[in-house]
Amino acid sequence: MLSSDEELKPYECDGLAAYRVVPLLVVLPGSVEEVQAVLRICHAEGVAVVARGAGTGLSGGALPHEDGILLSLARLNRILAIDPDNGCARVQPGVRNLAISEAARPHGLYYAPDPSSQIACTIGGNVAENAGGVHCLKYGLTVNNLLAVEIVTIEGDRLTLGGGGLDGPGYDLLALITGSEGMLGIVVEVTVKLLPIPQRAQVALAAFDDVEAAGQAVADIIAAGILPAGLEMMDNPSIRAAEDFVHAGYPTQAAAILLCEVDGGNEEVSEDIARVRQRLLDSGASEVRTASDDAERARFWAGRKAAFPAVGRISPDYYCMDGTIPRKHLPHVLREIARYSKESGLRVANVFHAGDGNLHPLILYDANNPGELEQAEEVGGRILELCVEVGGTITGEHGVGLEKINQMCAQFPPEELQVFHDVKAAFDAQGLLNPGKAIPTLNRCAEFGAMHVKAGDLRFPHLERF
Amino acid sequence: MQDQDKSSELAAQVREAAARKQPLRLVGLDSKAFYGHPVDAEPLSLATHRGIVRYEPTELVITARAGTPVAEIEAALAANGQMLAFEPPDFAGQASLGGAVASGLGGPRRPWGGAPRDLLLGVTLLDGQGRILRFGGEVMKNVAGYDLSRLMAGALGTLGALLELSIKVLPAPKVERSLVLTVARDRALQLMRDLARQPAPLSAACHLEDRLYIRLSGNASSVAAWEKQIGGDGGAGNDFWSKLRNHKLDFFQSERPLWRLSLPPATPRLDCEKEVLTDWAGAQRWVYSSCTAAELRHEVAKVGGHAILFRHGDTETPVFHPLNHVGEHLHRRLKKTFDPAGILNPGRQYAAI
Repeated sequence: MLSSDEELKPYECDGLAAYRVVPLLVVLPGSVEEVQAVLRICHAEGVAVVARGAGTGLSGGALPHEDGILLSLARLNRILAIDPDNGCARVQPGVRNLAISEAARPHGLYYAPDPSSQIACTIGGNVAENAGGVHCLKYGLTVNNLLAVEIVTIEGDRLTLGGGGLDGPGYDLLALITGSEGMLGIVVEVTVKLLPIPQRAQVALAAFDDVEAAGQAVADIIAAGILPAGLEMMDNPSIRAAEDFVHAGYPTQAAAILLCEVDGGNEEVSEDIARVRQRLLDSGASEVRTASDDAERARFWAGRKAAFPAVGRISPDYYCMDGTIPRKHLPHVLREIARYSKESGLRVANVFHAGDGNLHPLILYDANNPGELEQAEEVGGRILELCVEVGGTITGEHGVGLEKINQMCAQFPPEELQVFHDVKAAFDAQGLLNPGKAIPTLNRCAEFGAMHVKAGDLRFPHLERF
Repeated sequence: MQDQDKSSELAAQVREAAARKQPLRLVGLDSKAFYGHPVDAEPLSLATHRGIVRYEPTELVITARAGTPVAEIEAALAANGQMLAFEPPDFAGQASLGGAVASGLGGPRRPWGGAPRDLLLGVTLLDGQGRILRFGGEVMKNVAGYDLSRLMAGALGTLGALLELSIKVLPAPKVERSLVLTVARDRALQLMRDLARQPAPLSAACHLEDRLYIRLSGNASSVAAWEKQIGGDGGAGNDFWSKLRNHKLDFFQSERPLWRLSLPPATPRLDCEKEVLTDWAGAQRWVYSSCTAAELRHEVAKVGGHAILFRHGDTETPVFHPLNHVGEHLHRRLKKTFDPAGILNPGRQYAAI
């Protein structure tokens, strides 16, 4: 247990550093029984509890409560079992995402979801956020790669959701807990699905003279019946920033580039990459390169994976958005973003998980110039509103947390928000778990009729962000 | 039958029933009427609320009303080289999309293609108060709010009637090949697990009566390479998988109680299994039991699985695996949230909900 000011300070924020609150206490339980004991006390005394994994989240979901306990799961960091026969791994919540794949590798297996912070983020946090990554189109999100999760309820009871097979009895509470941002229960054990490592992966890089053609190429690849393992797009400002930073050999004159990765058996990959290449050329790519070896493949990806820090080098501050849109609206959405950018005078660089429609516009600003932060917030708000307008969502993988709580009012009518509150109450009647996050009160929505977005600095700048 | 939107009539019917506290039995195309405990109630028919609302193949999403026949959806998808990856069964030859998702059942492809919950992106829900609510959407990634659409998959209509469903669809494999190997049960289980650990283009693995049936799906070259490696003969065609999916194999033609066991796939032979069909590379087993229900459930629970009395149960034995008190408490509270009057399919899944 930590209680002195200097001990509490490191826990005052997560990856969204614009919000900082020092908690009342930090507790670091070393066993599930200790988690139960902490929750029983909090339940009896009516004390708020905020769970925290590695604190890499980008939406303020692990922001402490000033009168509450910050419950760090960091000490529950053991891999309990790698079970190749059953294709699964049983781990404690504080185990790092990448550590699971590393432990499974000797068996030819891996854990598919790969959020960009995977070297640091924990599986418990991944469950709380339903973390994504660049391979979601083919391999799914966290929710599609879990077999079971054990939680401790606010009353201190243990409950296993899911089961040892591919499903569990009763309601799919495993799906419900995934992405619930620590509002329904505390994750104390996770059983993840392990997949065979594909024999081979190959990537093509295509340059386009206009963004619309790149968007069309994505649709053409899907229409050809190819399900790429990764399909990423970058616009010109992102290409230039990335090229300056990591010298990936990107065509800096291109309006957009697409990176299309296929994986599978040797023959399958050869066949698919040839088809991808032809489709890209047919869709009007000015240039298509395929990686000749793993080193070149890594170089193609290096630029994309370094896009966030690369943008960080060309602007004192930037604000990362996370909307998802139906892919067909991409040209329209990018045109509108360009218009907002022009009107505000703030540059916007776009990186895009093109396969699954998840857009990360990075709004460039300088917090030292009076008014620019507010302008960035306004542009961000307009972008998220636009995503909802075209049938998309305000957050594809970063979560609502505190950051996007006002935008929830734009996405959901009061009736649906009330149902969310009722579901929360079914698990946590007193509202002690992560209070004030993820679901806005109806009063708050009435108050924030207009969009208001707070900007945040990116912590952990050394982590890959995509 | 013509496509039509019956949302407002259905909502009115639920509101009216809620006011009378009149239980309703949700019915789609009634192909799974046998599944779960019987519900003594007025029908709420979703069969005429039907039609594909939106389908753009390049978005990999289809949105359709609950009463739309699965066959109609599969035909529309097939015309564009796509498929419902969870291979929903339509036991009586005619299943609705709403029922396919509400039952949560998946076909032979499930371990690789996903369950209904894995492919469900969004729903329009008619809850027990007659409210029409939307959760999720038509995009692949969406973490805004709790994932209440997936909660509906497998809830058997006890939390609400699914009015409209958005489902992620996938490209259909270019080539499918079925192989049959003659091999005894224990050895077959080992072979299935070994195969599942390799990057083979598996899309089904089933064992029945000394035969191991394997289906490979993918590119021609990849399928051919693995076909050569696995061996066996190509005797079983797609007919076998369709019969397995819809319980038309001789194995299922019995009046004895049929159990569905969901297990860690490598679980060895159980003491209670008298006759068994092993599907999903070991993770789903259809069993005629030599034990009492309690003994079977005890044995299954010991290895981390659960057991459903799928067909031909008596009136006394619970169909679904009993929940512990913490789980049951949460089920009750969720039921109350969506259906405070307790009128939607009461008791079909558990007495408490």
